[in-house]
Formats: sequence, C-alpha cells, structure tokens
Amino acid sequence: MNWEAVIGLEVHIQLATQSKIFSSAPTAYGAEPNTQANAVDVAMPGVLPVINEQVIRMATLFGLAINADIAPRSVFARKHYFYPDLPKGYQISQFELPIVANGHLDITVGEGATKRIGITRAHLEEDAGKSLHDVFDRATGIDLNRAGTPLVECVSEPEISSAAEAAAYARKLHSLVTYLGICDGNMQEGSFRVDANVSVRPVGSAEFGTRTETKNVNSFRFLEKAIEYEIERQIDVIEGGGKIVQETRLFDPTTGETRSMRSKEEAHDYRYFPDPDLLPVAIDAAFIEAARAELPELPGAKAERFEAEYGLSTADAAALTASRVWADYFEATVAAAGADKAKLGKPASNWINTELAGVLNRDGLSIGEAPVSAAQLGGLIARVDDNTISGKIAKQVFDALVAGEGESADAIIEAKGLKQITDSGAIESFVDEAIANNPDQVQQYLDGKTKVVGFLVGQVMKASKGKANPKEVNQMMVEKLNAMA
Amino acid sequence: MMHERSIAELIAARAAGEFSAADITAAYLDRIDTHADTLNALITRTDAAARERAAALDARADGALAGLPIIHKDIFCTKGVKTSCASRMLDNFIAPYNATVVERLHAAGTVTLGKANMDEFAMGSSNENSFYGAVKNPWNLDFVPGGSSGGSAAAVAAGLAPAATGTDTGGSIRQPAAFCGVTGIKPTYGRVSRYGMIAFASSLDQGGCFARSAEDCAHVLTAMAGFDERDSTSVERDVPDYASQLTGDISGLTIGLPREYFAEGLEAGSREVIDAAIDQMKALGANVVEIDMPHTDLAVSTYYVIAPAEASSNLARFDGVRYGYRCADPVDLDDLYTRSRAEGFGPEVQRRIMMGAYVLSAGYYDAYYLKAQKTRRLIAGDFHDAFAKVDLIAAPVTQAPAFPIGEKADDPVAMYLNDVYTLPASLAGVPGMSVPAGFVDGLPVGLQLIAPWFEEGRLLNAAHSYQQATDWHTRRPPGFE
Repeated sequence: MNWEAVIGLEVHIQLATQSKIFSSAPTAYGAEPNTQANAVDVAMPGVLPVINEQVIRMATLFGLAINADIAPRSVFARKHYFYPDLPKGYQISQFELPIVANGHLDITVGEGATKRIGITRAHLEEDAGKSLHDVFDRATGIDLNRAGTPLVECVSEPEISSAAEAAAYARKLHSLVTYLGICDGNMQEGSFRVDANVSVRPVGSAEFGTRTETKNVNSFRFLEKAIEYEIERQIDVIEGGGKIVQETRLFDPTTGETRSMRSKEEAHDYRYFPDPDLLPVAIDAAFIEAARAELPELPGAKAERFEAEYGLSTADAAALTASRVWADYFEATVAAAGADKAKLGKPASNWINTELAGVLNRDGLSIGEAPVSAAQLGGLIARVDDNTISGKIAKQVFDALVAGEGESADAIIEAKGLKQITDSGAIESFVDEAIANNPDQVQQYLDGKTKVVGFLVGQVMKASKGKANPKEVNQMMVEKLNAMA
Repeated sequence: MMHERSIAELIAARAAGEFSAADITAAYLDRIDTHADTLNALITRTDAAARERAAALDARADGALAGLPIIHKDIFCTKGVKTSCASRMLDNFIAPYNATVVERLHAAGTVTLGKANMDEFAMGSSNENSFYGAVKNPWNLDFVPGGSSGGSAAAVAAGLAPAATGTDTGGSIRQPAAFCGVTGIKPTYGRVSRYGMIAFASSLDQGGCFARSAEDCAHVLTAMAGFDERDSTSVERDVPDYASQLTGDISGLTIGLPREYFAEGLEAGSREVIDAAIDQMKALGANVVEIDMPHTDLAVSTYYVIAPAEASSNLARFDGVRYGYRCADPVDLDDLYTRSRAEGFGPEVQRRIMMGAYVLSAGYYDAYYLKAQKTRRLIAGDFHDAFAKVDLIAAPVTQAPAFPIGEKADDPVAMYLNDVYTLPASLAGVPGMSVPAGFVDGLPVGLQLIAPWFEEGRLLNAAHSYQQATDWHTRRPPGFE
C-alpha cells in the first residue's frame, strides 16, 4: 500500500521582550536559578498578572506578517495542571479567543513551486519554569527564571505532506519572526521550539490516521529526521498489523529516533476558563495600522528587490534573504564596495555565499560572529572591481582578513605588496622573458596550437607572483606571438 | 475614653497635641490585652512594631490618618508579618511584600495593631472555618460574629481598633458588620486594589473596611481606594474625598425597596428593625418606592458556581512546593500534592475546591460555569434597571441576626443561604454597606444600603444622614464599653 503523511506543526516562539508577559522581571537567558523571578512569577499569595504591552504589539506584528486576522478582542484563559515548575497551578494562555487566527505561510517546494500552508491560530501564553533533575541528589530543583516568559504558540493546519516541507515551513517561520525582531530565533536556548504532529494514511484516504506529537526537536535538521523517522515508524507499525497510539513522543538526537513520552490516556482535563484577573485584550484599527507601519521588509519582498536591484539570481536572492542578518550583511557589503549596485551585487553575493559561508561553516560561527566585517569585504570587492588586484590575489587578501592580519583590504594589499601590475613596460619584460624561456610552446603556437597561450600567460603570472593584470598579459602575449608569425 | 472618639476626633486631638500617636496606640493595645483573647479576634498581634511605628509617626507626622490604629484582615499581605488567611496552609507564611491596601493605609499614617481572624481563605459566613478557631460575637459570646471578616467586625465592635480592613466576596464585610453592630462598606468592584489580597474569587473579591460610623468609613476608604497598575481589574478613576461628601442631607433621594428582599425568609424581628430604619430615612426626606429585582433568586446558585470555580483555580498555587504547608515525608510528587493540600486546607475550603473543579471540568463547563456567567449578567441587569429608577436600594443584610456557634456548622447549604441578600450586589459589582439599625433579642441588625457603581459617596452620605438621626451605631456590647 502507498502511504501519505499528514503533518501539522506547533511552534512556540519566544518573544524578545525585556520583561515577562505578566510581570516586570527580566527575561534574560542563562542567569543564576531563580534570580529572574519576582513575586508574580513565583506565584506568591495575592499577586496579580498585568499584561506587557510589548507582547500585544509583537503578536500583532506576527499576525500581520502571516496575513492573519487580528482579533479585536482576545481573552486570556487559565489552563490548569499541577507541576512543580508551574507556580500558579495553571498556565495563563489563550483558548477560545486567540489574538491571531486564519493566517498562512507560502513555502518553496521543489524548483520554483510554492505551497500555501494554513495557520489555524497563534495565541499568547506564558512559559513555565524548569525542573532540574540532575543537580541535587534525590531531589529536584526548580528554576523559575523562565516562568512567565512570553510565548506565541503558532499552530499550522495539517497541510504539510513531508519532512522536507515541514522543515521548509519551520525555516520560513523562523526567518519571519527574526525579521520581525520579535524572537531571537535561538533554537538551542529554546527560543523557537517546534513540535510535530504526524500521522499517516493510505494515499487518497479522506480520513486522518491517529497522530503522535513529537517534541524536543531543536534544529531544522533534527525536525526533518524526526518526522522521517516517525513516518517510517508509523507505516511499519500499521503494516505489521499494529495500531498507532495517540501519544507524545520525544526525539532523541543521538539515535535519530523518537520514543514514547506519555500517552493521551494520562491527558489532563485542563479546566480552561477566562482569567478573571485580566481584562480582555482589545485591539483597535489604529493599533493595527501603527503595527503595520512598523512592519519591516519581509523576506519575500526583500528577495524580489535583491533580484531587481542587485541583479541576483532567484536562488542567490533567496539564500541571502533567508535571514535578516545575512541580508543586512549583504547590503552593507555592497554599499561598502561602491555605488553601482547592479554591478557589485553579484560578486558580493558570490563572496558571501561561498567564501564567507565556507569560513563560517568551518569555524562554526554565525553571521553575526563573522571574522570579516561587511565593510572589510566591501573594500576588498572594490579593489577587485577597480583592477587593483586580481580575483586570485583577492582570495589571499580575504584569507588575511579572516586571519586578522590587517584592518582593511587596502592595508593588506599595501603591506604585502599585492597591488596588480598594470604598467605595460613591466608586463612587457615578463612577456618577453616567458617567450624567451619557452621556445617549444612558442613554436606550438606558431604551428597553430593557439590554446598554448594560456600556458605562456600562466608563466607570466607565476613570474609576477600573480600581480600582473592577466587581461593585459594575455593581450600583449597574443600581439607579440602574432608578430613572430 | 480614647476608644469612644471618632476617627476625625482622634486625628484632630492628636494634631492639637492633646495626645500622641503613641498614646493612642497604647490605649488600643490595652484594650486588645483585655479583650482580644476572649473574642479570638486576632491571629497575630504586632504590638512592638505598632509602638515603634507610633513613635516614628510622632517624630515625623504626615498623612491624612497619621496615628490611626488599624487591624488588617489576615488576608492582606503584610511584609515581614505572618499572613495566614486563617489556614494551616499559610500558618508558616511570612509575606515578603505589602498589599496595596496595606501600603496605602500605611502611607496615610495608620499604625497596624495586628491581623484579624477570619474564615479560612474567606470561605464562610460565621468565622467558624478558621484554623485558629471560631471568633466570638462581642454581643453574645455564644454567637457567631458572621464571616468571613468576623475578626475585623468583632474587633471594631469591641473597640479593639477604630477601624479594620475586610474583604467582601459575597457578603463578607456586610454580614459580619450587621452581626456585630458596626458600619461596614464593600466598595464597587475595582475601586480598591486586590493586589496583595489573597484571592478567593477574583471577579468578586473586593476590599473594604469596618468602623463605628459611615463618617469613619469615609476617612478610611478615601485612603484605601484608587487605581493600582498592579491590578488590571482596578478602575482608573479619581477617588473623591468621601468625608467631604457627607452633607447629611438625603432629602429628595429616591430609595428603592426590592420586594424580593422582603419576601418569605426574612424574620419578623429583623423586618421590624428594617421597616423602622426605612421610616427614619423617609423622615429625613427620602422618597421610598418598591421595586422588582426579578433575578434575585438566581444569586445563590450563580454565586456558588462562580466563586468556587475561581477559588479552585486561585488555590491551585498552594501546592506545598514553594511556600506554605508541606506534608511530612512525601513519597512522590502526587503524595506531596495530595497530602499537603488535604492536610493544609480545612473541610470547607476542600469542599469549595471540589465544587469549583467540578463545574469547570470538561462536559460540565457549559452547564454550570457558562450558565452562571449568563445568570450573573441578568442579576447585574436588575441593578441597572433599578438604578434607572432609584438613587439607592435599601434592604436587610441578613434574614435574621447572628446564630449560635455550631448551629449551622454541619449544614453547608443553610450556611450558604445566609448570604441570600448580600450576594446579588457582589455579583453585580455595586457598592453596599451595612449600617447598625437596631436589635433583636440583644443581637444587632444591619440595614443594607446599595448604590450604583462608583457612588460610594452617595452611599456613605445616606448612612451618615441616618446615623446623624440615630444612635444604634454608638452602642457598645456589654462588657466592652
């Protein structure tokens, strides 16, 4: 039988606010346990939540960016369950009336094709604290620093059909929220958490199969792996005569497998009801328009502009705009290189996507940690563009910049004497020398094997240590050889 | 005698140098020494801090109520002082911060003498549901003082403090004020900040105060009330100086008598007292008309869905993990939760948590909680309609005066029916008062006055006008003169 997968993603997006969603405590990551939790976060008797206005602004920006409806009135509800890292015994979330609903995201599937994935809803909620099981002997520690951190939980329609599509959707969403500046996007620190609801069904079936929810996926690569594994596993179970159990599963990155965490039989009745401590959130048209005016250029629009303004290919534009930091780096590089965007865009794109990306990849750095600044790279590109150095020398200069051997491309070129030789007298002596030293090759040329000119030019470049302008060398070499015929 | 003076007189006498804040505090601490144990009115005494505070105020006096001794219901968080909510659950809890009410009164210059006994987590109408034992009614020590703010009401009635704070969720200020023969006001929902007031039912809880007269209440309420950015449900609206609104003139005021509050159930003796009080209001120039509030009979069932539902949620934080009572030697997490809560909460609190969890559970939510929200709107609608016709509503506070300790302790439904006249105003969020209006068999009877939203000034003035013409509020229980 042929099977198809039905996938929906729930993404927890941690909002990049200074303070928590319902308290004034800071949200900074990595502080000493329980130093970023105040009386409200600890749920002292008598304390009350007060909504952080930034959270509403950020959720509105998000809703606009996914073309969703912003609810004129949304309501916080209490979701009850007992757990030691949930101080109030309930989580403040949104249930019946979420702030954002009916949005969508277009993802690229295969060559140039796009697919629209519906977003059912995105609601606001507070994060819980953390239980630390490995710090104390025979006791669990509770760290409430994270308690009350604002989250948007974004729930897609079950319209994703493969692990690759799921990863594309998650990447697109990640790119969007970091563009909007509402999330730092750090998956290792849990700022962007993806849970995958996966089921399989016979191709063409209208009914959904029983789904599982896979958690603990902290990279796009793992997301793809986890979903692939889960699809395979479910097909194996069904084809082996078994049944899928509706359950929560945990992805284990070391084995690439998912394993059962808890089944829905133990699921709670959350006893949701509207939180009487908080008023409904009322959003008027003026607030939405103010947010709309604040929306930055989003990846799709930016990619289109990059193609038009910088003459980039669709693929290059897409690669550069996937992240706002990369796109900003690119634009700053071109600006530093010169005024002619159409001419300088392509080389800048090549430098960034190949040389720079290679270094970052090799050293495990993010673009924000790049050892070469956009100004430095732009300066280098400018020197290639004005023929001060050749492309080959440029790579040497780039390596020197990476190694921190100079403040700028100019400084390195100067210090290392890499300036290209364009003086025709100097070039002529190199050419004459090459002709004199290689009579066999000269004879071959004269016999009609004109391709050998490349070898002779190479000899000149070698002798000049790469500094001779290859175009001029080539021109002079051909002239001299032709004159000998 | 110091304790016979009104708040205005105390403040003025101190300002005039007749005596100091230290003198006032010492006098009241003496009365507490003599009477507090008899009544079991206080859970915690803060004598040393009070003396220190009074001395500090004498060195640098400021604030409208500078030097005024006060007792806080033990539901208000007081920094560095045990705040128990009369529960074993919080018997070891020292609040790390002050409730807004405590902070504001402190800023006005009050001196805290101690923390008043109450029904556990404000759940009760008799003050028998306290981990620290029942409070006694100063008018008859075998009778209940009412609840849940029973300790506050008894303390003011016995002259242990000129004023006390309380909270009213379904009648917890008005009913004990009536039973103890003192003046008590529950302001409009949102008028007084709930921050630091340990939550029972968030959409109903409202802080207020007890004193010997409406005039005294006006002074205290002016200092307590107002918007608080830490409480999203507090209302951003200026607070008038309520005392300046006490003209004593109610001529031309239209007072509505809801038929439903004078129907079957109201005992004859209490009825006579209320009728006489209404005649007095007429004599003062008020017009009195009968009105209908047709949804009054829905109040008890509405309240006993909404309040327990919210309570079951608000009390989920008491889990034995971060503070408060934790059972000995839990074997696992479930055991920790189950035994900490079973041992830490008293039976009435557990009953309400179970009722609340039930009405919120999947499959019952619509039938109970959602329906109760709808009937609540109907009840609020009754007040809207009524206040289109009348300026004020007058009614009894309870069907009968205080009952003997133990009489209803085993019958929760009989106990719940005690609140039948106070619940509607709580559900609607309108301000209400209890004003001493007479006695039946030596036990006080209270007249309930209810005003439209945010018309505390009108409410207090009507009570003040009545108190200018009567002396019920000046009576002292025998033995507590």
